[in-house]
Amino acid sequence: MSDKPVITGFGAVSCLGQNVSSMWQGLCEGRCGIVPITAFDPAGFPCKIAGQVADFNVTKFIPKTYRKYVKIMSRDIELAVGAAYEAFISSGLITKAIDPTKININPTRVGLNVGAGMISCDLVELAPSASASKTGNRFDIRKWGKEGLELVPPLWLLKYLPNMPSCHISIIHDIQGPGNSITCAEVSSHLAISEAALTITRGKCDIVLAGGTDVKVNPMCLIRQCLLKRATTEYADNPEKACRPFDSNAKGSVFGEAAGIVVLESPESARKRGTRIYAELAGTGQSSNLNSAYQCLEPDGKGITVAIQKALAEAGIGPQQLDLIIPHGLGIAADDLAEAKGIEAALGTAVKNIPVWPTKSMLSNNGAAAGGLDCIAACMAITDGVIPAAKNCDKKASGCNLNITMQPQKKNINYVLICGYTFGGQTAAVILKKIN
Amino acid sequence: MKERVVITGMGLVCPVGHDVESAWQAILAGKSSVAGTTIFDASTFPTTFSSEVKNFDPSKYIKSWPLHKDSNRGSSFAVAAAAQACRQAQIDIETNNPADKIDRTKLGIYMGCGEGSVNNEVFFDSLAGAWDSQNNKMDWLKWAQIASAGFTAENELEQEPNMPTTHIAKLIGARGPVFSCLTACAAGTQAVGEAAILVRHGKADIMISGGAHSMIHPLGMMGFSRLTALSRRNDSPQTASRPFTASRDGFLMGEGAAIIILESLTSAKKRGVKILAEIIGYGSSSDAFRITDMHEEARGPIQAMEAALADAGISYNDIDYISTHGTSTSENDSIETKAIKAVFKNRATKPPASSIKSTIGHLIGAAGSAEIISCVLAIRDGILPPTINYNDPDPALDLDYVPNKPRKAAVKTAMKESFGFGGQNNVVIIRKYE
Repeated sequence: MSDKPVITGFGAVSCLGQNVSSMWQGLCEGRCGIVPITAFDPAGFPCKIAGQVADFNVTKFIPKTYRKYVKIMSRDIELAVGAAYEAFISSGLITKAIDPTKININPTRVGLNVGAGMISCDLVELAPSASASKTGNRFDIRKWGKEGLELVPPLWLLKYLPNMPSCHISIIHDIQGPGNSITCAEVSSHLAISEAALTITRGKCDIVLAGGTDVKVNPMCLIRQCLLKRATTEYADNPEKACRPFDSNAKGSVFGEAAGIVVLESPESARKRGTRIYAELAGTGQSSNLNSAYQCLEPDGKGITVAIQKALAEAGIGPQQLDLIIPHGLGIAADDLAEAKGIEAALGTAVKNIPVWPTKSMLSNNGAAAGGLDCIAACMAITDGVIPAAKNCDKKASGCNLNITMQPQKKNINYVLICGYTFGGQTAAVILKKIN
Repeated sequence: MKERVVITGMGLVCPVGHDVESAWQAILAGKSSVAGTTIFDASTFPTTFSSEVKNFDPSKYIKSWPLHKDSNRGSSFAVAAAAQACRQAQIDIETNNPADKIDRTKLGIYMGCGEGSVNNEVFFDSLAGAWDSQNNKMDWLKWAQIASAGFTAENELEQEPNMPTTHIAKLIGARGPVFSCLTACAAGTQAVGEAAILVRHGKADIMISGGAHSMIHPLGMMGFSRLTALSRRNDSPQTASRPFTASRDGFLMGEGAAIIILESLTSAKKRGVKILAEIIGYGSSSDAFRITDMHEEARGPIQAMEAALADAGISYNDIDYISTHGTSTSENDSIETKAIKAVFKNRATKPPASSIKSTIGHLIGAAGSAEIISCVLAIRDGILPPTINYNDPDPALDLDYVPNKPRKAAVKTAMKESFGFGGQNNVVIIRKYE
């Protein structure tokens, strides 16, 4: 029996719903969570749509005594707290926050590895202090230093440190084991899950909650993606069609907000608890793209190829054993093509037969949470023996030799490959295996 | 099979020196370079001073600087420090055809890094210009106009915390495992610790690890000021950072990058490179207590220190020197002292425990790895760096903090501890290679 860590639960908050089952149902039905932005008025932005989470209320996921801390939670933290709560419950773990009379975990034997993006500050919170610090029409930093600072909430910084999602979860649920906060953009979740696996196999703890959280539905994030020309400027009136991974009409990505967290556990601990096992973490790999245009992949996707090769080697399988690929697939034409080339180079001729199912056409690009959501989707595909249909890939882009799943299919899935990359160049691959 | 993990290269860009040896001399001499902040106009801020990296020219360290020219401060320090470390470790940089015979897919990077600075002029003008103070709301149309006209794609990209890692990968051609983390002030130590684990378990032969960060920007200085974490000794910046004293009033903000090259002993021997020291243990924990305060009984730090000792397979009796987190904040220094007492028991006053933050300041994400470098040098030279400005001991804090002057001492094993806001604790143990 393998000693590789297994996934025994998960939690997701995404634009398709506030739990895993609504996300999975949405994906199976081909629903799209991308909508016109309501978080702020997007009229002045070239891109006006996003994968938004509707009506999220973090107080449902925390004890009453913790409500006073909500004011120092950014939305990234809130979504992570929501996803972690579901993850504990789904794995049958009873923490201090869930029921203090029936705790069934040892706090020092549980770790946290929750990745985050660069948490952008709430401009509305800062603006009054900046506005009160003007000389004439311009901002005057001397005035701000003297008078404006006092208008900023004292604990302001603590909302935006990217390790705070982890810290809040650790406090709410009393999790005292090893902790880390990976901040590696869109591969943060993949990396967190990979590192957590090693923490478990090294025997430092039995259970680690790993994944990521990110809120890109924020004026600072959106303006960045618009300036980098990564966000689509089209389909504002038809958001459902906007994100088109590997499609010949792909015009750019759509950004969203989400948290996706899995419960990784040593097989021994999982067996001892008699808890349900969704998949084994069979292998992981990471590498880098080395492109002088940092925000684009190398045209041959070599960083992707190397990451996949490492993951396959660690899983001890050949390409033909893969039953499903969930690519990063952003809907940015050049990057999608490079990713397709990178996957093809790693898998060789086997690539023709392996179904490829991109999720971002429905979930949008959720930055640091993306890999967490995709790993959860992979677990559900394995569990249900189902590969849903891809969305918005009506005519495959020329040069892309991936076998995009046009129709939903029933299939016994033993191995799933999940890929990711950042704008900046880091790449990651994760392989999950069905446990019979 | 587990690999022994050794250090084969180090690079440092910090306020008291732009390379390892000159910084080390300044640290031993207790020669700080604190002065009024010049990166932006902080003259009316509660804290007007900082420990800046000055007169720094990254193009002196690498030929390919044009490829990295848009770097934020953290990234520019990072590439210079990485170049220094690679030269020492005989790793070829800036070439598509390296002659060093290192498998690039087994050469990885693990950095503890933070954000790059926003374009402050545009940022604050956008807020001041678009805020409708009559109706207490933002005019987003106006905000987007100002922001899209002022911000550039290049600077927006370079703010992302994974960018120092990106620049280092490009410099070295590294295709191996790649991570970046930001566990606040503990990130540098965490990065080195986790990178050592990757080498130990064969995931990489060589890891470029460390931290790079600059928070000397208006939002950073404002944020820490509002938390009352920064020293406000504006009349005497040189003595502002005074860890473990009765009159300590907060930390001294610094900036920089510190890179440590970790390598499997097998690879280092095969390549015939000089071994500087060995990493033998790493421990990590979470306080799970409060966002704003450390646990009163130092539960998390104690757990991380004990985990690192257990990981190294040694006892607290084996530690010859402790490189403290020693921030000079009231809370950290007393809780840290408590933690050391709990772990070292009746021997607590024996191992010298100093803080180089008194001299160089707090490098935030880069602090831990800069301090690990000082441990390696203490082992190499048999000399302990002092805690300077230690003139009025806090009577409740009674460890041997190596006050004011460097001290000769044989060091075989050193412990580096770092504690981050929110309760993330990381400890690395460094040993003389023999």
